[in-house]
Amino acid sequence: MEISRQKITRRAVLVGAAQAAVATGMASHARRAPAKELADRHRKYEIWDMHGHLTSPGKTPREKIASLLESADRMGIERVVVFMGYPWSYEPDGDEMRRQNDQVLEAVEHSGGRAYGFVYLNPRHTEACLAEMDRCVRDGPMVGVKLWVAVRCHEQCLDPIVERAVELGIPVLQHTWYKITGNLPGESTADDLAVLAARHPRATFIAAHTGGDWERGIRAIRPFLNVTAEICGGDPTAGFVDMAVRELGAERVMYGSDYSGRSFASQLAKVYGADISEDAKRLVLAGNIKRMLAPVLEAKGGAL
Amino acid sequence: MIVDVNVHLSRWPFRRLACDELPKLIEKLHAEGVSQAWVGSFDGIFHKDVDGANARLIADCRKGPPGMLVPFGTVNPTLPDWREDLRRCQEEYDMPGIRLYPTYHGYGPEDPRFTELLGLAKDCDLVVQIVVRLEDVRMQHPLMRVADLDPKPLANALATQPELRVVILDALKTVRGAALNALLAAGQVYVEISMLEGVEGITNLLQHVPVERLLFGSHLPLFLLESALLKLEESELAPAVREAITCGNARRLLDGRGASGK
Repeated sequence: MEISRQKITRRAVLVGAAQAAVATGMASHARRAPAKELADRHRKYEIWDMHGHLTSPGKTPREKIASLLESADRMGIERVVVFMGYPWSYEPDGDEMRRQNDQVLEAVEHSGGRAYGFVYLNPRHTEACLAEMDRCVRDGPMVGVKLWVAVRCHEQCLDPIVERAVELGIPVLQHTWYKITGNLPGESTADDLAVLAARHPRATFIAAHTGGDWERGIRAIRPFLNVTAEICGGDPTAGFVDMAVRELGAERVMYGSDYSGRSFASQLAKVYGADISEDAKRLVLAGNIKRMLAPVLEAKGGAL
Repeated sequence: MIVDVNVHLSRWPFRRLACDELPKLIEKLHAEGVSQAWVGSFDGIFHKDVDGANARLIADCRKGPPGMLVPFGTVNPTLPDWREDLRRCQEEYDMPGIRLYPTYHGYGPEDPRFTELLGLAKDCDLVVQIVVRLEDVRMQHPLMRVADLDPKPLANALATQPELRVVILDALKTVRGAALNALLAAGQVYVEISMLEGVEGITNLLQHVPVERLLFGSHLPLFLLESALLKLEESELAPAVREAITCGNARRLLDGRGASGK
């Protein structure tokens, strides 16, 4: 290839940068700051965040939820779903489930109506799980189930939990990941969730992280209309939400942040940067979560 | 004005990306207020004909608005006659810097060729960008599994060239705490925000990293530009801090004035 004799010298670069800014109308005085445009862009969506944890600063659940909501305010996030307490417990027994769920209950109580809780369960302990569902959902304010890495979700021990979730009219959010470096022993893939979803067509499932390896995860859940892809937790890789909306439809894609391990910024970017319609963005950022939770919230007398 | 120090041209081998064609990339940078991007080439990672990749990089940069695309050529010191690639980057293409991919090219920070390359880059007054990772190791394609660059021996290697200007790319998801401090203490070492995570990440990072060492980087087009832009908003930054991160530090770095922070 012939190399042009035009030189790109360091001085030319520096001078050129200023010229480029002026020539393209990007000089700071000539155009609104991009961040301001972004702020305007996201506040209009009235965002609901499907995936948060009590890992924010603070010593108590009350302090932690206040910290979470303060950060959420900066990014125009109106409401959040939180689950699991602290410190992390991979395989909680009955007592630990109650302790973790109590922390979430306390956070929800002090959220001013802006946080909703999902009950965290380890399906290895069936009776304790059903009791927690009664305590936290039937008799309490929680509006969904969170399952993490205690048991791969295609196992039969999940059936009583899913059946109870159908009775209570709540979704089941299942962590899913494909790690080429190796999953945890009880860590589910999106294929595992597809097996569970096929067994329970009346249940509503959320594939948290869409398998991490989202190009596989989207394909795995694609045939199962009772599974929604939730986009949180991975890098802000270009194309994720584009493919999810293309393959599943915007009604089956849902924003979450995985607060506070991930930033709101990197996870919101997956939606803002996607080449999808404004209507689709509204569904992903809020509409689908509202629609999914509306029945249980209304049953509990809550307002959307 | 924003200077994005971490952008690539050309194609990622395992996925088409919205901005992997030059006109779309330029349009995106323009639309989001990025007036200058320091660009390497994905071809430089995967092609053995590194100089061919560098020549195309130069040609593409000249297609952009004046000063918008600043080329950082690839040098792979495991290839025969790599010193000629370095010479061409500096003498023929007049690039201000080079971009290195140690783990993708199969060498480590202890490799004597790497040490020699750093020394030559210093002698040539080149900025050296060093990539820690390009993607999450958990989700790599099974045909291309590449480990993250180990920051500890990297810090040792950089300490041998304290006057060399170095930008560590794609580091902040995995390089933190003592390892990050050791890197920054090794010389004129900068980091960028593309892989910084956690809520209000920049605010938290600035408790440990001097603002003079922090740059704006997006990892476009593999990552979405909006991610880095929103990080500027998620943290409450004083105007002077924001200006330093988004352009002031990068301009001083390229101008050879460096940073005063430790």
